Order: sequence, then structure tokens, then C-alpha cells
Amino acid sequence: FFMRQLFKDYEVRQYVVQVVFSVTFAFSCTMFELIIFEILGALSSSSRYFHWKLNLYVILLVLIFVVPFYIGYFVVSNIRLLHRQRLLFACMVWFTFMYFFWKLGDPFPILSPKHGILSIEQLISRVGVIGVTLMALLSGFGAVNCPYTYMSYFLRNVTDSDILALERRLLQTMDMIVSKKKRIAMTRRQMYQRGEDQNKQTGFWGMIKSVTSTQTGSENLSLIQQEVDALEELSRQLFLETVDLQATKERIEYSKTFQGKYFNFLGYFFSIYCVWKIFMVKFWSQHISFILVGIIIVTSIRGLLITLTKFFYAISSSKSSNVIVLVLAQIMGMYFVSSVLLMRMSMPLEYRSIVTEVLGELQFNFYHRWFDVIFLVSALSSILFLYLAHKQAPEKHMAL
Amino acid sequence: MASLDRVKVLVLGDSGVGKSSLVHLLCQNQVLGNPSWTVGCSVDVRVQDYKEGTPEEKTFYIELWDVGGSVGSASSVKSTRAVFYNSVNGIILVHDLTNKKSSQNLYRWSLEALNKDSSPTGVIVSNGSDYDREQFAENPVPLLLIGTKFDQIPENKRNEVLNRTAFLSEDFNAEEINLDCTNPRYLAAGTSNAVKLSRFFDKVIEKRYFTRDPSQVSFVSSVSLI
Repeated sequence: FFMRQLFKDYEVRQYVVQVVFSVTFAFSCTMFELIIFEILGALSSSSRYFHWKLNLYVILLVLIFVVPFYIGYFVVSNIRLLHRQRLLFACMVWFTFMYFFWKLGDPFPILSPKHGILSIEQLISRVGVIGVTLMALLSGFGAVNCPYTYMSYFLRNVTDSDILALERRLLQTMDMIVSKKKRIAMTRRQMYQRGEDQNKQTGFWGMIKSVTSTQTGSENLSLIQQEVDALEELSRQLFLETVDLQATKERIEYSKTFQGKYFNFLGYFFSIYCVWKIFMVKFWSQHISFILVGIIIVTSIRGLLITLTKFFYAISSSKSSNVIVLVLAQIMGMYFVSSVLLMRMSMPLEYRSIVTEVLGELQFNFYHRWFDVIFLVSALSSILFLYLAHKQAPEKHMAL
Repeated sequence: MASLDRVKVLVLGDSGVGKSSLVHLLCQNQVLGNPSWTVGCSVDVRVQDYKEGTPEEKTFYIELWDVGGSVGSASSVKSTRAVFYNSVNGIILVHDLTNKKSSQNLYRWSLEALNKDSSPTGVIVSNGSDYDREQFAENPVPLLLIGTKFDQIPENKRNEVLNRTAFLSEDFNAEEINLDCTNPRYLAAGTSNAVKLSRFFDKVIEKRYFTRDPSQVSFVSSVSLI
């Protein structure tokens, strides 16, 4: 999974990174399995309890100590200036991270005076806060994005001739760039040759002549160079627009197939559910809500992995691949931990007991409120963002 | 400038292998100071003296089209890229010597470029990553294989890397050059690399101009201004 899906083109050379990532992933999955076992009542109660504890310890250890340290280490080793004292700087970065981590806990009502500094509850609470924020942001965005992508209502009508017209414009722009660059190259070459001839002319007049001629030459050059820069910018924009149109056209075709229609229907369904969630209407039967939340979580995890894959694929380079993998592991770990916390919200009462027992005394209601707030905020802002983007695109289209 | 007089060479390869640096080095004879992502396609022009040193010397402008992106891009990006592959006279395949996968992807790159460019009489049938050696043997388009980041390979691994690339160049039936785009000394006049480069460009020009059938427009000097 790791090698194939995430890094088709680049080799991740450090084994440590791979190990860390796999460990994180494995333990996260184990956590989910445990939850499912909870519900189904498989395995004996005490062994479940033991596994929970073990799992949690390991995950927290990894998330809080190991991963940030390695991230700091790799980021620092990428900055060439600090190459010498890598270890020292990495430790510094790590301490800064720990400091902010503690500070994060202060504004929130999660400290309980009964527990010591390094207890499990403290750590979980902090990880939970970060994870919950992240999850709310992502799911808010996903809730809005999902119907937008799937519903054919939003797809603009793109015809083949539009695409062809754009492509022709792109090629014309490229031709103009080429001809201008040829002029630059020729002028430069002439200047160079003339410069050689000029060098042979000694004396006062020769020097003045050479100065003036090169000046006009270079003025011309800079003018043309500016035009070329503008044209190149234009060509980039045209290229991106063409890609956009092609993508839209393909989406239209896809929506006409059976699979497309199926996803379309799902899209409608989820959009209704998401709208419901946004406006926080309570009261639904517990079991159904649990199933729905389960589905949403699964799809959101899948969406998360896909989005992250695309994102990292786009920005990955051989230098930062290690950092990216570690960041991915970190995010994933936090995401999983907080989704466990949140699933408690939707689970029927009898299952909550063991979870509460393991996780200690945490203010769960706080998390729920926090999640809803962030979710609302991110959903609204992404609606706004998409609306603006949607508005802008047809205007650009008209201007062509 | 009339479109009949163009000599177009594509520069293909994965993201980050150093195509833009290479093109800059070839055209401006200077090292690129701030490499950044190539969006779409960037073109640069190289002044090439065909048959340098002989009485038939003529100056040509070779356009190097540096196409950005990767083989695994979305099909929308691929179909937009295909616009650039028209009427190509030569292809430079660039791969990163420190990254094996970039050289494996070159097969797919060449297929992508050549399939688009197939003449109406010959349709090249291929499925995905398969390639056919015979296809490249009688390929009308000259190829050049360039491996970058040569300086980043430690001394002890150099031999095995060079072996690998030798196999590659055999597969493509192409010349190969291994260099470091941040060091112009690899392409300094008189080195074997520079000779190979000149030979490649001369071959491209020759194929473009001198092997046309006489029914087409006769050869006009290409130094005419716009």
C-alpha cells in the first residue's frame, strides 16, 4: 500500500520513515478493530481492556515523541545552513513543539487537578484537541465539496469547440513566445559578434561606439524580455484553463455512465445529510445515526487519504519525501485518535462504559461542542470559497 | 516566421529531474539560478550551427519545448499536454540518475509523445507500459537520452548506474549523455558530451530539412527574420 499508492515515482530511502509510518497505520487500524469488537462483544472483556491500554500507550508515544522529533530532524537537515548541527537543532525544534503542545492545553477546560503532569489523560486531551480541530476542518470542507463535485447541477456546459478554441490560443501564444525568443537569441548573438569586432577597435571612438550600440541593444532586449515574460504567464494561465475544461468535460461524460449516476445519487443523499448536520438538528434514532456516522467516517477517511495523496503527490520532491511521509503519519494518527473520541458521541450508552474507563476522565462534552463549532465554521467558509470560485469561472469563460 | 521552418525538439521527463535547468543550460549557456515548477510548457531557443566548421555551415534555431508534469497525471492534463506534441522533430528524454523510477517512466513518456505524433499512415498500437523495441529502431524521430544529477551519485555506485543507463540507451536506440545541470563544464566545447549533443542536433536538422521528398517546399534559409 505504502510504496505503491503514495510514492509511485520517488524512492523513500530511509527505512526508519517507513517503519514509523507503518507502525502508526497499523496501530490506528487496530484501534478501529477494537471498537468494532466492542460492539460485537467478541473477545473477553479484560483482554479487550488490556489491548486498549496497550494500543493507546503506543500510539501516544509515537505521535507525541517520535514523529515530531523526526519531522524536526528532517526539516532541519533539508535546510543546508544548519547541516552541521542537525541533532542539536532537531532537539530544539522538538522542545519548541512540546512547549506549544502544553500551552495548547491552557485555554481549554481539560485540566483536572487530580492528575499529574505526564498522565495519559493530559496527553490524550491535547492530542484530541488538535485532532478534533483537524477533523472538523476536513469534514466541513468535505461535506461541502462532496456534493459540489458529484452533483451535475453544478457542472458547466463545456463543448468540444470551446476546448479547441482554447488550445488554439495556447499554441498561438507559444508561437509568439518562440518568435520573440528567436529575436532575443539573434540579437544577443549579433551583439556578441559585434562586441568581438568592437574589441578590435581601439581608441576613443571605438569605445564610445561600443558603449552606445550595446546600450540600445540591451534596451531592446529587456523590452522583448518583458514581453516574453508576460506571454509566458499568459501561456501558463491558458494551459491551466484548458486542463480545467478538459477535466470538466470528462466529468460530464463520466456522469452519463451508470457509475456516474450512482455516485450522483449518493451525492444528493450525502448533501442532504450534510446540510442536516450543518444545521445541527438533533434527534434521530441512535443506531441509525451510528451507522450513518460510521459511513461518513469511512468515506471521510477514504476522502482524506485520497486528498492527501493527491496533495502530496503534487508537492512531493525527492528532498522532502521523508518529511511528507512523517507529516502524513502524524496527521493520520491524530485523526484516528480523535475519531475514536468522537465516535463515542454516537455510540449507544452501553458501549460507552469501557471507552470512558480506558480514556479516563475527559470532558467529552467539550469536545463535541468544539467539533461542532469548528465544523460549522469550516463548512461555511468552504461554501463561501466555492461560491466565489464558481462565480469567477463563468466570468472568465464569458471573457474568452 | 513561417511555420514550415521550425525545428521542434521536445524535452520530456518526470517532474523534478531537471528539464528546465537543462534547457536553460543548453540555450543560454548559463546555469539556472532559481529552478521552479514548470506549469504547462516553456520554450527556449538554441542557436545551433549546423555542420560547424564546414563550408556548408548554417545557423538554425532549435526550439526546445520543455513540457512539465508527470506520467501519472490526470487524463485531462495529458490530453492538454498532447497539444504540444504536434510535428515534433526530435525528443530529448531526461531522467534523474539518482532515481530509478524516473528512467522507467521514460518508456511511458516516449509512448505518450510518439503516439500523439504518429503519422496518419502508421498507427502505433500500444497498451499502457508495453513498448516495442522495433518501434524505436525504425523510429523517424531522433532521440537523445540525458541523465541528470550526475554529481550526486557517490563514486562507488557510478559504474552500476552507468551500466543501467547504457541498457536504456540501447532500448531507445539513442545516444546518452550524463551530466549535472548546475555545472557547465560537462557541456564545454570539445568534451565528448558536447560532440554528442551537436551530433544529435545535426541529425534532427538533417531529418527535418534534407530528407524531405522534393515535392514539398524547397529548403529556404531559416535565418530570415520575422
